Amino acid sequence: MNALFLSRFQFAAATFFHFLFIPLTLGLSVLIAIMETKYVRTGDEEYKRMARFWGKIFLINFAIGVVTGITLEFQFGTNWSQYSRYVGDIFGSLLAIEATVAFFLESTFIAVWALGWNRLSAKAHAVSIWLVAIASNLSAVWILIANSWMQHPVGYVIRNGRAELNDFLAVVKNSYAIHEFIHTISAAYILTGFFVMGVSAYHLLRKQNTGFFEKSFRMALNMALIFSIVAVVQGHMNGAKVAAAQPTKLAAMESLWETKQGAPQYLIVIPDENNQRNRLEWGAIPGALSLLAYHSTDATVKGLNDFPEADRPPVTLTFISFRIMVGLGVLFLVLTVIGWLKRNKLEESPGFLKIMLYSIPLPYIAAEAGWALAEVGRQPWVVYGVMRTSDAVSPIATSQVMISLAAFVLVYSLLGAAAFFLIASHARRGPEPVEVEIQERRD
Amino acid sequence: MLASIWFILWGVLWAVYFMLDGFDLGIGTLMPFLAKNETDKRIMYNAMGPFWNGNEVWLIAAGGVTFAAFPTTYAVMFSGLYSALMLILFSLIFRGVSIEFRGKVDHPRWKNGWDICLTVSSFLPALLLGVAFANIFQGIPIDEAGIFRGNLFSLLNPYGLLGGLFFVLMFLVHGALWLAVKSEGDLHERAASLSSKLWLGLAVVAVAFLAATWFYTRLYDNYLQNPLFYMVPIVLIPLGTVAALVMIRLYVAKAQWWKAWFSSCGVIVGATLFGVVGLYPNLLPSSLNPAFSLTVYNSSSSPLTLKIMLVVALIFVPIVIAYQSWVYHFFSGKVEPADLLEEEAY
Repeated sequence: MNALFLSRFQFAAATFFHFLFIPLTLGLSVLIAIMETKYVRTGDEEYKRMARFWGKIFLINFAIGVVTGITLEFQFGTNWSQYSRYVGDIFGSLLAIEATVAFFLESTFIAVWALGWNRLSAKAHAVSIWLVAIASNLSAVWILIANSWMQHPVGYVIRNGRAELNDFLAVVKNSYAIHEFIHTISAAYILTGFFVMGVSAYHLLRKQNTGFFEKSFRMALNMALIFSIVAVVQGHMNGAKVAAAQPTKLAAMESLWETKQGAPQYLIVIPDENNQRNRLEWGAIPGALSLLAYHSTDATVKGLNDFPEADRPPVTLTFISFRIMVGLGVLFLVLTVIGWLKRNKLEESPGFLKIMLYSIPLPYIAAEAGWALAEVGRQPWVVYGVMRTSDAVSPIATSQVMISLAAFVLVYSLLGAAAFFLIASHARRGPEPVEVEIQERRD
Repeated sequence: MLASIWFILWGVLWAVYFMLDGFDLGIGTLMPFLAKNETDKRIMYNAMGPFWNGNEVWLIAAGGVTFAAFPTTYAVMFSGLYSALMLILFSLIFRGVSIEFRGKVDHPRWKNGWDICLTVSSFLPALLLGVAFANIFQGIPIDEAGIFRGNLFSLLNPYGLLGGLFFVLMFLVHGALWLAVKSEGDLHERAASLSSKLWLGLAVVAVAFLAATWFYTRLYDNYLQNPLFYMVPIVLIPLGTVAALVMIRLYVAKAQWWKAWFSSCGVIVGATLFGVVGLYPNLLPSSLNPAFSLTVYNSSSSPLTLKIMLVVALIFVPIVIAYQSWVYHFFSGKVEPADLLEEEAY
């Protein structure tokens, strides 16, 4: 237990917790914006009730996302000062730009939207949620450009003992970032779709507010279906991206130890990391891995044993994270296709509704597994090929990190429990009855 | 030159953050002293509810700019002040969550719990930000490798604590004035009368802090050693700050709350910039050896990064200021009973 290990643990805990809330912010803001746009277009009060009901859950979720995001920005300085010093020229400026062009916008207009129901015209109110939605997603663009620079550094030179920017456009147009953005956004919209479908299923199973929740379910279904397709298709292309940018990650996520021409993909693999081989390889699809990575069935894929041991990521964790993400991604596509077939007879499909209710956690697991793959698979590098994680840590006392890590675990557990309790109780309570709203307006 | 421009912007960002979040932190700290019942508390929450989130982004921007424009300073400052910063961050988490979660469950124990959280988590950042900046003004023990040779308790020296007290009082006055602007009736009266009592404390501590600054720091050097041409504009900062401090008192006496609050903004911005101008060209002076200090010359980013950041800032910061001003205007009315009935109210 040293400052490096504890700092990694702390950063992992803080980011994984933060990302429990981010996807729902990204997706639900858009879904609510669509609901309000429909309200403005059609004048149908039900869309307004929908926006308001899902909006309350959105606000609780948003608050946790904001407060846990601040600690992340500052942890680069507190725990990763060598990293900050070495790459701040590039990485720091991306974070600063994110705050200036996006985060200000969402944080300012969230209040206008939340408290503006009776102060703004319907149109202006819809504009305010669109601003929040666009700004949140724009935030994701800049954060993912920053992360992509760690995955696949471009547009820099090593000068004055650090990485300095020499081509800003190259950093912004990093092809890795485009893939990462589409993939992350798809995950966020799938998660949102499943969340809304799951909560709607809960009420549909109890025959409460059925019209309201059928509409919500179908909107969410469209979102989840479209982006399940995007995630699977584009995720497939991601393989080639990873092969080109991070060959060690590719080898680790497939647990490929020996370099092979025409590398197959196995249906079942049990890695044996200690002995640098696989305990079991079963069900080979000839040439599939070569095809995935290099668009040709007889391309050569480099195995882990041909990389220096010091450059290899932890294999088992990377491998398992990848399998979980892909497996769940395929399941989401199957479930949303079934949902689409049943979209007009939801109430007659209690079995399916029950499955959707219990599926709420699955996209969360998939999203976290995806980040585990991205971040663990990049090790031992903090910036791939440029800086090792072990060189990035601050010269701080182990005891300091131990105390702060304990505080993180304690505080985040409390926060997580409070947020879960609030979101669950709002979701279960359902929308305000129509009569109350009419009465309110008379007052 | 570019680095010096960013130095000024860096100081301005921190100043704006203190000016905006200062009243939130002040109101949170004053909650148990000003609120007599649930309605008072809710008015106080709603007086800051629409703003705290947008205000806090100025901290993220200030942190982000430190990271982007002065990465070495960012690295040394935040790893050096590790424990203090962690305390501030956890406080800000609790502060934000208290405001957002308190009203979501109608149960006295739930609400009281968050009220306590709010007060503690508003007071601590106010105090610690003051302690941190006062320590930066007087220099912190960093060696040639940029490693901090102190601990949380070495920051709690007399000058650091005086700086903490100064910040707390500035924010309390600022918060009380904002509450006077946003409330009516009894609560307004209490906030108004408390603001003038607190002002007296602030005036005394401000004088003490300025005097102590003479003995503990080298901030005045920049004001005394520069040629007249530079001196005239920068001397206006401390003079303007003192004038703003006096104006608070005058406007409070005339019960002109908006003007009093704006004067208080002037005090906070002026006090911050007074320190920042005095620091120049240092961002983080070393108390061990002036040669180890981090300055605009040895800790800034590459010219290309500074240039790109400047373009982004020149385009977007005015836009941010424009829409945030609009939002302040939009929510500038007093918190009325009808506002508390809204479903989404705090």
